[in-house]
Amino acid sequence: MKLPIYMDYHATTPMDPRVFEAMKPYYMEIFGNAASRNHSFGWQAEEAVEKSRKQIADLIGATTKEIVFTSGATESNNLALKGIAEMYAEKGNHIITAATEHKAILDTCKRLEKHGTRVTYLPVQANGLVDLEMLKDAITDKTILISLMYANNEIGVIQPMAEIGKIAKAKGVLVHSDATQAVGKVPVNVIKDNIDLMSLSGHKLYGPKGVGALYVRRKSPRVQITAQMDGGGHERGMRSGTLNVPGIVGLGEACAICNADMPAESKRMAYLRDKLRGKLESALDEVYINGTMEHRLPNNLNISFAYVEGESLLMGINDIAVSSGSACTSATLEPSYVLKALGAGDDLAHSSIRFGLGRFNTEEEVDYVAAKVIDVVKKLRELSPLYEMAKEGIDLSKVQWTAH
Amino acid sequence: MAYSNKVLDHYNNPRNVGSMDRNDPNVGTGMVGAPECGDVMKLQVKVNPETGVIEDAKFKTFGCGSAIASSSLATEWLRGKTVDEALEIKNTDIVNELSLPPVKIHCSVLAEDAIKAAITDYKNKAVTKSEAVASAK
Repeated sequence: MKLPIYMDYHATTPMDPRVFEAMKPYYMEIFGNAASRNHSFGWQAEEAVEKSRKQIADLIGATTKEIVFTSGATESNNLALKGIAEMYAEKGNHIITAATEHKAILDTCKRLEKHGTRVTYLPVQANGLVDLEMLKDAITDKTILISLMYANNEIGVIQPMAEIGKIAKAKGVLVHSDATQAVGKVPVNVIKDNIDLMSLSGHKLYGPKGVGALYVRRKSPRVQITAQMDGGGHERGMRSGTLNVPGIVGLGEACAICNADMPAESKRMAYLRDKLRGKLESALDEVYINGTMEHRLPNNLNISFAYVEGESLLMGINDIAVSSGSACTSATLEPSYVLKALGAGDDLAHSSIRFGLGRFNTEEEVDYVAAKVIDVVKKLRELSPLYEMAKEGIDLSKVQWTAH
Repeated sequence: MAYSNKVLDHYNNPRNVGSMDRNDPNVGTGMVGAPECGDVMKLQVKVNPETGVIEDAKFKTFGCGSAIASSSLATEWLRGKTVDEALEIKNTDIVNELSLPPVKIHCSVLAEDAIKAAITDYKNKAVTKSEAVASAK
């Protein structure tokens, strides 16, 4: 076993060697511009791009003409939201999203609000899921889009997309889903899930960084978006810019591998994740899972170790790469807004660790990680005045703290 | 972020971890911070009432590595100082000693506050004690 251990697969994934092999010829040998229509260099590049489109479409239940290549999920999210807001401005100006979305959605919404769009940010329930009744009530005759993520990047909870889509369809509202964390990990099907636009990214599914796609539905209904990038009119006018052929080849290959391996891989992920959870829960008291375990990515575990601050825990497990929702680990010095949205209290957000398992993790690594985390949590609890007080039976919520 | 070697040393080998009897008249206890802010420090001093010298100091901290290091260092510095000397410890001394980056300065502020709170608690107890003695006479 090699150290350090990478267990932060929601942040990014290493490329699968098979993906890298598939990409290699497209840098120096088959280097043509996919938009070159009158020579073989261009044709070969175009052929590779179309193969990738098919591989992506097959993974998500779409058709090839519904795939628009982008630079990644952030661009896909921007294009979907801004493109819809602009295209359907005459129909309405209201978008519904949720408080736990990725910043690429929330900050795009903030920008749109400055230009006259009205945005409803739905709260989530304690389990991390949106309340469908609340969603129904939020829809007005001005609503043009509901944008809800498929699976959350911090807590891995999976929103009921099919039901959300049904509600939207009944009201004639379009649905966009940021499926960056879900595609390739769990079965995603834009037809069954009633999704009209969907964002995905290469580097979250063992493909390359800097490439992603936006699914844009062509039939029932035919969705139109206003391009946000002006230029040569690539991607059927929706996204100008010379195609990143090697990246696109890699994204396609990564999707094909996920498609083929998903049943076995998701089972293995769930086994490893559940083993990790079981070990932590049996060795430590007062550990809390954030978000529902029932509707969740098989590779995600987000867990709070009460009375232990997240950054100090990361410091103790410095040969393991994971993330924390603690304020001290964030650029804003605020604890995770996703965990705060669950309503469990800021103290549990400060104590949270996100484990993101992936294709190259082994059972030996999981055993090592569990043992190490248990050891460090115990050590830090010995150091924690809060743990001491809790053990003395003091109700910490009743203490007068000197907040600073 | 990268931690200084001194922070790492205090984190890996925290000095004077523990608790003293908070009801002991010679023990002053300071507890500062809040769980929802991500750090709580408990600092205790045991003072010799004859000499005013801090004979023992203990801490427990919930917080990041820099918060743990700041309070660990504070206990080292407190031992052997008089109560009045202890009040002269400034957060900037801690910042310099541990090479804390700007985002971690609040950890040192918290440690200074904890020292002050512990000394104040001890002094309040001493006053109460002498008042009790006076009223008994």
